[in-house]
Amino acid sequence: MSEEKAAQSGPGRGYLEEKGWRSWAYTLDHKRIGVMYLFTTLFFFLLGGVFGMLIRLELLTPGPTFFSDQTYNEMFTMHGSMMIFLFIIPGIPSGLGNFLIPLMIGARDVAFPRLNLASYWLFIMGIIVILFSLAHPMDTGWTFYTPYSAKTAASVTVLSFGIFLVGMSSILTGLNFIVTIHQLRATGMSWLRMPLFIWSMYATSIIQVVATPVIGMTFILLAMERLFGIGLFDPDKGGDPLLFQHFFWFYSHPVVYVMILPAMGAISEIIPTFSRKPIFGYKAIAYSSIAIALAGFLVWGHHMFVAGMSVYADVIFSILTFSVAIPTGVKVFNWIATLYKGSISLDSPMLYALTFIFLFIVGGLTGPFLGSLATDVHLTDTYFVVAHFHYTMMGGTVMGLFAGLHYWFPKLTGRMLDERPAKTAWAIIVVGFNITFFTMFITGMQGMPRRFAEYPEKYQAGNVISSIGAAILAFGILVMFYNYVRCMFRGAPAPADPWRGKTLEWTVPSPPPTENFETIPTVTGWPYSYGGKGDGDA
Amino acid sequence: MPDEGGKVETAHADAGLAYESSKLGIWIFLGTEVLLFGGLFLAYAVFRIKYPELFHRDHLELNRTLGTVNTVVLICSSLSVAAGITAIRNGKADVLKKSLVVTLLLGATFLAIKYFEWSEDFAHGIYPGTDVFFSLYFMMAGVHGFHVLCGLLVMAWLLVQAGRGRFSAEYSTPVELTGIYWHFVDLVWIYLYPMFYLIG
Repeated sequence: MSEEKAAQSGPGRGYLEEKGWRSWAYTLDHKRIGVMYLFTTLFFFLLGGVFGMLIRLELLTPGPTFFSDQTYNEMFTMHGSMMIFLFIIPGIPSGLGNFLIPLMIGARDVAFPRLNLASYWLFIMGIIVILFSLAHPMDTGWTFYTPYSAKTAASVTVLSFGIFLVGMSSILTGLNFIVTIHQLRATGMSWLRMPLFIWSMYATSIIQVVATPVIGMTFILLAMERLFGIGLFDPDKGGDPLLFQHFFWFYSHPVVYVMILPAMGAISEIIPTFSRKPIFGYKAIAYSSIAIALAGFLVWGHHMFVAGMSVYADVIFSILTFSVAIPTGVKVFNWIATLYKGSISLDSPMLYALTFIFLFIVGGLTGPFLGSLATDVHLTDTYFVVAHFHYTMMGGTVMGLFAGLHYWFPKLTGRMLDERPAKTAWAIIVVGFNITFFTMFITGMQGMPRRFAEYPEKYQAGNVISSIGAAILAFGILVMFYNYVRCMFRGAPAPADPWRGKTLEWTVPSPPPTENFETIPTVTGWPYSYGGKGDGDA
Repeated sequence: MPDEGGKVETAHADAGLAYESSKLGIWIFLGTEVLLFGGLFLAYAVFRIKYPELFHRDHLELNRTLGTVNTVVLICSSLSVAAGITAIRNGKADVLKKSLVVTLLLGATFLAIKYFEWSEDFAHGIYPGTDVFFSLYFMMAGVHGFHVLCGLLVMAWLLVQAGRGRFSAEYSTPVELTGIYWHFVDLVWIYLYPMFYLIG
């Protein structure tokens, strides 16, 4: 880090310079909007985490000890809904995506800046409506299955409306990103010179735009079912409850790729930077993002193997489910091939990135057990499923987000993170995570069902271990957040390119100026030119 | 959103690029609209295959005359929007204003007829929830009607803007985007009409 550069790009300059709440609330700057999304989503991550800890507290003992069954139902619903709708889905795409997409493609902003701000405030409005539903907290689980969701006393109608607004925000963000990536790439940035994060965000946006309207309509129908008794999901009136599940999973399965693809994009940036090597298999990684997005639309039925679909549908969905593993495997092998013979430095972003690969492999490989018809019957609604999706979602997406936050923190704030607390937090999180969730694979296979406050005594040992792990995990996350907050104010000034990255965001000062680039850059090659074999364009 | 075009100078190098982006944006938006209605169309297909006789019997209860009149009204409104776009492309702002007024009136007529039609249905004891056919009818026509209403609000805003002389032969993006949206809403009705009023 040269003295001169640090002086040019210290904190308190750039896009963060303007003060006062109005300068944030009315901002059209994609960077500020991204930062607002990050703060909002991380807040709900912590809040959702509190509910998760309360679940673990209750499960320390076989009987309902701390909470009633009803309270427990409300808590796991809160945990799931907040984590999914208010944290994981918008977290990386709307947070890091907003901040990084224009910077990475050499644009001054997204295509529709006002629409971007509107998306954010729709998101906030959705959250406010969702908070109103706390008057009668939801107790349906985050899946809202009919007929129970049509009959419970909880405020399903209000919540449906809130989630509809959050969904609209998600659609508009996706639309904005697609147009931005199509229209605003700098001169010379052909599709095959785009950073892989952009490829994965493009795939993500396609899913958001295609899948989200369907869940929007599903929630409207659910609300109408409660208001007017329209009966489309009610067998007494000739309706079909399975139709709700089809609608729900037509969105909610593809959306797991909205959660994971941006994280994969962040990993694809971090691995080559810290291996000092060109990314291996650029095209394969880029196209596999699109392949995952498309294949992800054809597999929703695997959530419904025990729901009473026809056997033929089950078999087809099962086969298609396995096909998603192919593009996913392509990515993992390419990352590992990038590491091979690289000169790897283990800074905190890289530690999280490697953790992502490791945990995601565990999460990914336990997927086929659930995609196979025979084993799925045994494992449905057990803690095995809980462990599987926490390994993919927390071990995958959230670790990818942490990797990205550590990697881009200097760019976001203009200050460096302290490495030592960052690495300490990392070690605690990895240990805590694996103790919590690996144990769940075992208790799940033994038959521990999910979503019950009570369980047979023989499962207590496993549950106590998971709860202890959860406490360790929570402590690690607190250390990490303490480090974020402290370094936001006290960190050493960051140079423009602390990690010697090659993508365009590192060519501008940290934090970037409001207009991003003094003059729009002209791109002459791909962003992974670290020298040596495999250098040059894709 | 239809009114997004033209305000994006900060990000786009020139007005031509901004126009292209707005066009791409509205088409993607309409793609999401297709999927929003898609769920309802799917539900319709499922239940019509399941209960063909119910669908035939129920559809006779609907007022076919009013449905047909509404179809004509909506097609005419598409024509007047198209006329307005052609006019402003040739720089005729006053023709644009007139055709927007005509479109607003036709759209309002559509909603008014819908109001009378539904009042009649309620009087005959037909409600959402009466059975699957009527639930779908009220849901699909209702969601469509909501889209008409939104279109009318945007159209009223366009009229105000046109009154301020904001549109010209060089810049008419919001008018064009609203026009595309309006044609889409029209097209949805053209599917809904035979699906509910003309079941053989």
